[in-house]
Amino acid sequence: MTEKKLLMGNEAIALGAIEAGVQVATGYPGTPSTEALETVIRYAERGGIYTEWSSNEKVALETAVGAAYSGAKALVTMKQVGLNVASDPLMSLSYIGVKGALVILVADDPGPHSSQTEQDTRAFGHFANLPVLDPATPQEAYELTKLAFELSHEYEIPVILRTTTRVSHGSGDVELGTKAEMEAGQIEPVAWDFEGFTKDRRWTIFPRLTAERHPWLEGLQVQLSERFSTLPYNTVSGKGKIGILASGVSALYAKEAIRGFEEIFTLFRIGTVHPFPEKAALDFLKGIENLIVVEELDPYLEEEVFKLIGKKHLAVDVYGKKNGYFPVSGEYSVGLVLDGIDKVLEAVGEPSRLPHASPVVLREELPPLPIRAPTLCAGCMHRTVFYAFKRAAKQFRKEAQVGQKEQTEQAMQATQTAQEEQAMQAVQTSQTDTIFSGDIGCYTLGNAHPLNMVDTCLCMGAGVSIAGGLSRTNPEAKHVAFIGDSTFFHSGIPAVVNAVYNEADITLAVLDNRTTAMTGHQPHPGIGVTALGSSSKAIDIANVVRSCGVEFVKTVEVESLAECVEAAKTAMEFKGPSAVVFKGKCVGITKSDKHCVIDPELCTGCGFCVKQLGCPALALPGGEGGEGGEEEEGEKARILDNCSGCGLCAEICPSEAIKTEEVLK
Amino acid sequence: MKFDILIAGVGGQGVVLASRLLALAAMKAGFHVSTAETIGMSQREGSVSSHIRIGDEVSGSLIPVGQADLLLGLEPAETVRNLAFLKKGGQVIVNTHEIPPASKPPGSPAYDPEGLLSFLKASCPGLLCLDFTKLAGEAGTPKAANVAMLGAAAGTGVLPFSKETLQKVLEAEIPEKYRAVNSTAFESAMERIS
Repeated sequence: MTEKKLLMGNEAIALGAIEAGVQVATGYPGTPSTEALETVIRYAERGGIYTEWSSNEKVALETAVGAAYSGAKALVTMKQVGLNVASDPLMSLSYIGVKGALVILVADDPGPHSSQTEQDTRAFGHFANLPVLDPATPQEAYELTKLAFELSHEYEIPVILRTTTRVSHGSGDVELGTKAEMEAGQIEPVAWDFEGFTKDRRWTIFPRLTAERHPWLEGLQVQLSERFSTLPYNTVSGKGKIGILASGVSALYAKEAIRGFEEIFTLFRIGTVHPFPEKAALDFLKGIENLIVVEELDPYLEEEVFKLIGKKHLAVDVYGKKNGYFPVSGEYSVGLVLDGIDKVLEAVGEPSRLPHASPVVLREELPPLPIRAPTLCAGCMHRTVFYAFKRAAKQFRKEAQVGQKEQTEQAMQATQTAQEEQAMQAVQTSQTDTIFSGDIGCYTLGNAHPLNMVDTCLCMGAGVSIAGGLSRTNPEAKHVAFIGDSTFFHSGIPAVVNAVYNEADITLAVLDNRTTAMTGHQPHPGIGVTALGSSSKAIDIANVVRSCGVEFVKTVEVESLAECVEAAKTAMEFKGPSAVVFKGKCVGITKSDKHCVIDPELCTGCGFCVKQLGCPALALPGGEGGEGGEEEEGEKARILDNCSGCGLCAEICPSEAIKTEEVLK
Repeated sequence: MKFDILIAGVGGQGVVLASRLLALAAMKAGFHVSTAETIGMSQREGSVSSHIRIGDEVSGSLIPVGQADLLLGLEPAETVRNLAFLKKGGQVIVNTHEIPPASKPPGSPAYDPEGLLSFLKASCPGLLCLDFTKLAGEAGTPKAANVAMLGAAAGTGVLPFSKETLQKVLEAEIPEKYRAVNSTAFESAMERIS
């Protein structure tokens, strides 16, 4: 027996891919998928694997497609919303297929923990007519990755390996095959033994080719369904009269929920979820009259089993999301599955009930707990930029209000009803305000109290275009779009082009901290370093914006608040698209030799620093008061160990009580 | 055999490392293990927790409510937040060191660590309370509070593997530069508890 390793699901996937002989691996970082490509990168040099962080998921997929067209084995990794970005090439690729092998890792995020949607990639596989595998543990993730490469090669079709947060970010003991059992230095370079690209009309999609390929693609669904019915990754356990159908981590929750009561149930776990393994499901359904379906996100299995029941005229009652036995959204747990199964037991007249654990204290009995929301790190450059725009916007508001006062007074005199008065006030707000469009990254946290600087956030790159749209419908307001450096390269550029082309009056604020911080500090096109750490050409954001035709472009090193406020104001005053590139360091990867100190003699205990900035290095002994808070007046703020001496608090302190000092750390 | 451990804390306290060390020790002792960690956005000063499930069978990585055998709380409020996971008769070890929330969003209850500690004392017989951050600081760095708490857990004797197994994992996993400090923190916490 080989030695077991403790691996995160994403690491197990990377090792599975290496074991399967992956030659090209690409991806764009996205929680919870990132560590898969990061792990391949760790082995890339020794393993002779071409690896890259691509500029976005569409580009990553297309790069992997080029490799697979040449007969190479390729892996591409992304989170579920990344698949939306890559869906354009993906939908066409289903018809074309691949030659070597192409495995697409897509990590779903029930909950969601760190995503903007709760979409289900199993359903996407169904939509795109592509096979989907759904592991429940790191061990299964490792094995199903290898299977995905085999299937992709054999059927010449891309295969989606779909995980969820608990699989990708869970760790477990994994027994590896011989090749993947690689200690540092032991890995053999993969042979580049693929045949290379052969010119053929099959690689050029045209309506006629699509028409020819569509029947093949539909036929493949039938073939794969039959093949999946024979695979050992779909297992039946137990002989009870109530059936349970489940996939992914939900299957483990179901297994644990029925522990001790196995004789009542027959559990069918599906690892190869799409195309649905009909034959295996039919065998399982023999003698089953009541079927429980346990699955997170979409009722994918439930709908598949309904189709089968209809097609075969089976007399099976189904208990799942559609009739309210299980939640339609959110992350599942053993307790939640237990509750659902108990409801079914009651409904079908089964006297047994599954035993519930008895906690020391029920959740409802806990004392009130402070909300501990994620925040920008202490010393984060984004806080300074957000605060600068807050100040700049406040100045504009004041100026606008003075100018509007007279007009408003005249209008108010003419106002007849209270409703009209209200409407007038609402318009007034939007006329004097600045609307801040946010984007995806650490800086989305700028929405948090007390900064409150993100008024919209939708998806990668959307902030700039949304600001453009808002500028059409709220022409009197100022429009600022914040975008991070990696997001700018991902999908911000077309929106900048559009703003110039259509003359949108917006200000682009690029928060350039020289890394893809939120997902764990991956490099990107702006910093001149590749995935493997070698140097490449750094693409300068200010130059890109300038070359798009933006006439006001300013670059500011984030060192002083005053300079940032000044840059923000001038850019916002400019008519037409303007841009400021704020450059700074990410405190997550740089060491600081500075620290702020409060002079207790000068500090008046006003708490301004704490209440304005929400910096995790600033604390009042009783916690920040905020609205309705119970803080005692005159409490003096403390500076904690995590201070990196950015000096923002020193710059805003009304009593000049805070100083920045050099420290030897 | 089945033994579930929950570690609760604030992003940056080393919850993920502590979880990995326990998981490795469990594997060394021949058990299956599955863990669930908070990774990503919430790590930025937010509430974080790790679930470590040890046993003869492979389980889903989330501990069901009311089933944790051991709750290691690196901070009082985060310990209370996760208390419903603890089974009746389960062991709680709490670091009394306070970490006030970075901001107080409107409507967020006040931070009252003393009140929370008395609640813990009243709810959990056999509660072990200690300022592990201070203890780790005395050993060389307050950052080793996570490892100190593992020492305390080993000291109680409730873990399904020996303290020597855990110590071996520590030696293998912690970079040499920090090893001495961490093992001092581990041992001094172990002695304080047992």
